[in-house]
Amino acid sequence: MMWSPNRPRRLMALIRKESLQIGRDPSSLLIAVVLPLLLLFLFGYGVSFDLRRSPICLVVEQPSGAASGLATSFRASRFFDVRSDVTTKGCQEELVAGRVNAVVVIPSDFVNRLAGRDLAPIQILVDGSDPNTAGLMANYIGGTWRTWQAIEADSRGLSSALRLQVTARYRYNPEKESRNFLLPGLVAVIMTLIGTMLTALVVSREWERGTMEAMMATPLSVFDLLMGKLIPYYLLGMAALAVTTGITIWLFDVPFRGSVLVLVLVSTAFLLTTLGQGLLISTLARNQFVATQAALFSAFLPGFLLSGLVYEIPSMPWPIRLFTYLVPARYFVPSLQTLFLAGDVTGVLIPNTLALLAMATLLFVVVAWKTPNRLDG
Amino acid sequence: MWQRIKSLIIKELWAVWRDPKSRAILIIPPLIQMVLFSFAATLEVRNVEIAVLNSDAGGHSIELMQRLAGAKDLVKRLRVTHSDAEASDALAAQEVLMVVRFGADFSRNLDARRPASMDILLDGRRSNAAQILEGYVESVVEQYQSELPGAGRGQKPTIMTRAFFNPNLESAWNTVPCLTAILTMLVGLVVTGLSVARERELGTFEQLLVSPARPSEIIVGKTVPALLIGMLEGSLIIAFAHFVFAVPLSGSLPLLYLSMAVYLAAVIGVGLFISSLVSTQQQAMLGAFTFVAPAILLSGFATPIANMPDWLQTVTLINPARYFIVILRGVFLKDMPAGLVLDSLWPMAAIALFTLASASWLFRRRLS
Repeated sequence: MMWSPNRPRRLMALIRKESLQIGRDPSSLLIAVVLPLLLLFLFGYGVSFDLRRSPICLVVEQPSGAASGLATSFRASRFFDVRSDVTTKGCQEELVAGRVNAVVVIPSDFVNRLAGRDLAPIQILVDGSDPNTAGLMANYIGGTWRTWQAIEADSRGLSSALRLQVTARYRYNPEKESRNFLLPGLVAVIMTLIGTMLTALVVSREWERGTMEAMMATPLSVFDLLMGKLIPYYLLGMAALAVTTGITIWLFDVPFRGSVLVLVLVSTAFLLTTLGQGLLISTLARNQFVATQAALFSAFLPGFLLSGLVYEIPSMPWPIRLFTYLVPARYFVPSLQTLFLAGDVTGVLIPNTLALLAMATLLFVVVAWKTPNRLDG
Repeated sequence: MWQRIKSLIIKELWAVWRDPKSRAILIIPPLIQMVLFSFAATLEVRNVEIAVLNSDAGGHSIELMQRLAGAKDLVKRLRVTHSDAEASDALAAQEVLMVVRFGADFSRNLDARRPASMDILLDGRRSNAAQILEGYVESVVEQYQSELPGAGRGQKPTIMTRAFFNPNLESAWNTVPCLTAILTMLVGLVVTGLSVARERELGTFEQLLVSPARPSEIIVGKTVPALLIGMLEGSLIIAFAHFVFAVPLSGSLPLLYLSMAVYLAAVIGVGLFISSLVSTQQQAMLGAFTFVAPAILLSGFATPIANMPDWLQTVTLINPARYFIVILRGVFLKDMPAGLVLDSLWPMAAIALFTLASASWLFRRRLS
């Protein structure tokens, strides 16, 4: 690579050209601005695992003091929206219609069952067609039941009915709000949109239109060409990080317990992998349509499904679990969740950052090797 | 007129099949999604590691630990730790999802019939998985408690929760049927969006305009092929769910197909709408994607609609996927009666009418 006094100036011109190109096309604006904000607000408001006034049916087969006390406990809970105007049969229909998530039955011999030892005092039916919600419903209904039992025993002067008690605490996220881990993880998806999808789209457009060939006719080296592409997208990606993090912290009240410097470092490592992937796709595809598709399926979808953002990696079948190690977002999502909720935990951050840097290096070697600097190359 | 529409439809199907881009996009992405969603989109909790910090000398803590480790696919390993710091570090580094702590007098208290507490500390960075694990721990402890000597006084048998429609709470029984809604939506949008954009790119759109086909016929000619291809891919996923994943499919199949057709009609209306706004196939793809992301996230597929704030729940009423998900879960798992299917079908039909009518209006305006 020859050094010439004009080089920094040339590079600046290149960066300027690239930046203008991003702003000129509606597709680019869609990817860089509209989609990230849309996803952020969808996840901030819409996607939530936290039960909140979840609709349940409560059947009291025969009113009694104890039964109405328990019913009041359910009504008072902020987790449930209790409907009690329906018969047992009507409740089953509500369950089939998906209008309630669970049915709690307080049977006619509730008082006897409470005193005896043979029959469970209440019955709980949950809608298994949404298995995760069903599991949470069972937990919350069980919790309400145990609390009522304890209060009941207390008021009758008995020693607590429960001799063995589980005391659960949630570290890093005591309110168990799903938003607190979903939004930090989403930063990875948003940076993928910009790093991979936008880069792949804009650079492949240059191949498609033949302006890449014009660039090759200039005295720029491959290195200059790549830098001219990388710097604007890197800056755009970091700007997206700043905006997303800001909205996450100030609008959605997610805590940030790590240090900004570490966030910038880890994000840089991740952004480099996404940029490498984007450049590689555009070089191989040289066509906007194919590049968009390839970016969608090699980066966006795995970033969503195989990164641990929403779904559980340890629960996946082993071939897919192995495959997740090839997905850069898999290393970035836990780092982000740790930085926001726990702080600078070296045990999480160092191995993940090293993995990202290794992947980025590999990708750039392949990109440099695959990017021809001559037309016949 | 029927003859013209018929030849338009045949031409359209040929065009989709002959164009390598369209053909690839109708085969490869659905396959990738089918595999990824079916196997990877799981919220089940498995292969968890748990750290134990046991200062108790008695037998109760050991017995409880063995029972916790008993669920083989849930708990992969119990890791014995020797200090608070060690357990805490393992949790921070995400090596374990939970730390269980038994105090020094745990067994002594239980044997003396005094209250004893088992402390668990869970990783809030994975609070959904952690809550499922907590539920499991609670059930193990409740069972153990009812077996303790002298449990009779004030002690109740454990409460059994029954899961209807999916007794083992298998994740795939939810994901794979619901995948029908995601994939048919993508196909419906992409086929209509791409076909109009392709004609624009190739310049054949003008030829279509000077042909004797009327605008309404052109619209029908664009809608029906998308509907056919969507129904075909939908059928493949339904078969996949039933035969590969053994999802029951207990309700009425004709009603499911009717619902799928109405759902596709609503989606294709959106597709036509997008196609009249874009000029290239690449833009059509991005437009489709921008619609699919919110439509699926706000459909109740991944997380329940009831968890959303009220205003957003109101917004979801115009989302056709919301209704189709209810029907899919109903027909596959719940043997949903026709009356209840219709309850979800008519809002979808209203949406279809609206999207198709407004798309044809816009389409005609752009044509003339």
